[in-house]
Amino acid sequence: MKSAVITFPGSNREGDVIRALRQATGHDPVSIWHQDADLPKGTDLVVLPGGFSYGDYLRCGAIAARAPVMDAVRAHAARGGLVLGICNGFQILVESGLLPGVLMRNAGLKFICKMQHLKVGRSDTAFTSHYSTGDIIKVAIAHGEGNYVADAETIARLEGENRVAFRYCDAQGDTKAGNPNGSLNDIAGIYSEKLNVLGMMPHPENLIETLVGGTDGRGLFESLSAYRGAA
Amino acid sequence: MKARITVTLKNGVLDPQGKAIEGALKSFGLEGIDSVRQGKVFDIELDSNDPAKAEELLKSACEKLLANTVIENYRVEILG
Repeated sequence: MKSAVITFPGSNREGDVIRALRQATGHDPVSIWHQDADLPKGTDLVVLPGGFSYGDYLRCGAIAARAPVMDAVRAHAARGGLVLGICNGFQILVESGLLPGVLMRNAGLKFICKMQHLKVGRSDTAFTSHYSTGDIIKVAIAHGEGNYVADAETIARLEGENRVAFRYCDAQGDTKAGNPNGSLNDIAGIYSEKLNVLGMMPHPENLIETLVGGTDGRGLFESLSAYRGAA
Repeated sequence: MKARITVTLKNGVLDPQGKAIEGALKSFGLEGIDSVRQGKVFDIELDSNDPAKAEELLKSACEKLLANTVIENYRVEILG
């Protein structure tokens, strides 16, 4: 698994992602700057980390989505390469058109930073093979704009094609009760049509050590590490 | 030449910020406010003096960056 992590001006979770990938895969991912025009040859996975790219000016992720490196990310995704966008990375993916919908201001207007339970939508993808469908995992969320919104047709399509990767829930798995931000259908993360692009608001990269709250996020990076698809 | 671009949320898109502003205005006791929707205004200076060309350029700016057309509408006004 050759991975690359992109840093935009204002990204701040790239170090956490690099650490999680190193722990799961045993090697260091390559760091990519947003103005680079190409990804390293043979890259299997590109990660867009969390943060506040361009200070969230205009719309969260809007300016980063037009950065030079995003053309290379689009081409990589079109070839079937894996792309993971976490938090601001998810916002960048929807702004760049790689995933449908939009992330609006949280319904309660507040920035939410807390531990959050999620329900795993399916376990047959490159990102979730080390989980089971319906698993309830505890990770962290930290966002002001995580309220997933799309038109009814898009939501029906995501549901019909089983492309909801994670849903917010409470400790018992109740999704309605556990929705922190008003997201439609309690959506915390979605896949692209070919299941090779995943965008999610929660931070699995921060839950990889018992010392700092748990290891429920490890499964995602271990799944990626074990993946041997045609990228 | 100067132009103004106004970006507004499409009808039916939930606007929590507009709702909060609406609530604040109503809490002042200002009578007669039904609802508030928040948008954005961009004042842009252009080096061109051709209104048709300017409009075309600014539409493309809206489509490429200034508006997210999934949830937003935009209006371009050439102010002369």
